Amino acid sequence: MLEQIFQFLVTGVTVGSIYALVGLGFALIYNASDVVNFAQGEFVMLGAMNAIALLAAGLPLPLAAIAAVLLTALVGLLLERLAIEPAKGASVITTIIITIGAAIFLRGVASLLWGKNSLPLPAFSGDEPIQLGGATLLPQSLWVLGGTIVLVALVHAFFNRTLLGKALLACSFNRTAAQLVGINVQVMLRLAYGLSAGLGAIAGILVAPITFSSYEAGIMLGLKGFSAAIVGGIGNPMGAVAGGLLLGMLEALGAGLISSGYKDAIAFIFVLMVLFFEPTGLFGHKAAERV
Amino acid sequence: MRKSGFLASVLAVALLIGVNLLNAAEPIKIGTFLTVTGPASFLGDPELKTLQMAVEDINAKGGLNGRQVELVHYDTGGNAREALNFVKRLIRRDNIDLIVGGTTSGDTLAAIPEVEKAGIPLLSLAGAVEIIEPVRKWVFKVAHTDRMAAAKIFGDLRKRNLSKIALITGDGGFDKSGRTQILKLASEYGTTLVADESYGNKDTDMTTQLTKIRATDAQAIINFGFGQAPAIVTKNIKQLGIDLPVYQSHGVASQTFIDLAGDAAEGVRLPAAALVVAEQLPDTDPQKPILLAYKKAYETKYGPVSTFGGHAYDGMMIAIEAIKRAGSVDKAQVRDEIEKTQGFIGTAGVFNMTPEDHMGLNLDAFKMVEIHNGAWKIVE
Repeated sequence: MLEQIFQFLVTGVTVGSIYALVGLGFALIYNASDVVNFAQGEFVMLGAMNAIALLAAGLPLPLAAIAAVLLTALVGLLLERLAIEPAKGASVITTIIITIGAAIFLRGVASLLWGKNSLPLPAFSGDEPIQLGGATLLPQSLWVLGGTIVLVALVHAFFNRTLLGKALLACSFNRTAAQLVGINVQVMLRLAYGLSAGLGAIAGILVAPITFSSYEAGIMLGLKGFSAAIVGGIGNPMGAVAGGLLLGMLEALGAGLISSGYKDAIAFIFVLMVLFFEPTGLFGHKAAERV
Repeated sequence: MRKSGFLASVLAVALLIGVNLLNAAEPIKIGTFLTVTGPASFLGDPELKTLQMAVEDINAKGGLNGRQVELVHYDTGGNAREALNFVKRLIRRDNIDLIVGGTTSGDTLAAIPEVEKAGIPLLSLAGAVEIIEPVRKWVFKVAHTDRMAAAKIFGDLRKRNLSKIALITGDGGFDKSGRTQILKLASEYGTTLVADESYGNKDTDMTTQLTKIRATDAQAIINFGFGQAPAIVTKNIKQLGIDLPVYQSHGVASQTFIDLAGDAAEGVRLPAAALVVAEQLPDTDPQKPILLAYKKAYETKYGPVSTFGGHAYDGMMIAIEAIKRAGSVDKAQVRDEIEKTQGFIGTAGVFNMTPEDHMGLNLDAFKMVEIHNGAWKIVE
């Protein structure tokens, strides 16, 4: 039984780190404009699908991965330039609805480009499971975990240590004030979308060997990542990680110890409870409501 | 006054002539409602392509009973309510002569009352046994049922003397219906179910459920589902080092499954339509030429075939044969002729329909195949 529980925990971490990695991507755009980007899941999907397509075109995996990240970042930039910028001055809700539209559009383009089947990406370091006590995990899970840690550190450092990151944050706190101190808000927004898309693409490429990818893979990943981000406190990269791991654990333990049929219900009840008692998330900014 | 009256009569005559001309050239209208987008799009997509290919082919050969054939298609997106609306539109506005479709069981079942009421022959491409049980006057189906798949798996288990099985299924309609059939048939075949786990079809990890299965004394694992989830289950089984025979359903009988599951797919068995092993069939097999011809035609145009597209081919061909025999598109006559389909060799098997059996396939239509070196191999 103990061995079983250990496997459940390992599974929880594996799944949770996937949610965390995707959830991380929501922080950038949210921090720049208070907008929840519902196309974030599609960035994740595009990263994976681009990598798969480039690999199939004959590029070696590392090169395909890098090119896929750059391509997806470009899509993010274009999305901002062509869909978000024309609606300059629109309310947050309007912008969120634009991102939902963008998500549907990107999904449609992906289905035309790559068809409707799920596609695999080979694991970076083989499929031979690693024994860990009585539990097993795939080497790819370590890549996901490692990737999460590195990216969290980078995003955290970006917002707290670099001028660019702080300028980005300033845009969301007060757009006019940011403009007045000489921050080019427009450029900052483009940057946020580009970086966010790149971040999503990295997540997509890291998780694709485990989850596969298809034109609609972004829906589920985006949703779970979003749940992770709001549980942890959207905008806080550390929060997304904590939220993701918590959700993953809950799902695994719920399925293992209670019933696999109630797995999602348990996770969603938890999300609702968090939102009810801590509306800003477990690690969200406790900042006062801006008027 | 007189002038406008004259004009009106000229117009009326012109209209009449026009209508008559139209009548002479009016095509036979075959309606279809498929799931070309949405989660089940990988079923509906090859189906639609196959139907379009078949219609082009017929028209290039001079049409049917001297008339051209027109395909009227609506995409349901896997939404049963939409399916019903589209079927109503097909019947009332498009005046179709016959329907080939419903991709999914949900779509088909939603459309049945309307089709029965209007008296339009319908050839469903979906799996659930409920479509033809109880027998309905106007409803036929050409895809294997999940009960047949379950029976085929249990037959193979019996041959291998495996009596304790663990079941793991997804949360989709196909999965649930398959689970019901397995639960029903288990005792009939003298097997006991030692685990009955479930997962969400979009889940990315099933090791939790499989860890529970590992702790039981199961002798084999059955996974009933389609899409990518069964591939993840198969990979997770290998990851956990569970060394038991694994059975999948006909829902994953496509190259996609092998590509996704990779090495983990080795040794997995499943009941599949002969289309996936067409080349391996003995030359004496009556299905072989049909299968190879369809495969070649589809693959030169669109890429790898799937058994689902094959169902669309069967449905269309049975409809065409019936219209030819009836010599008209009179709905009652065409229905009767579909019911009289005997010895029709399709991609799913040999169809012998009767007033009691509106599908007409038997268990021989399924081949038990095993994945061996990344390819299908017949094991019976």
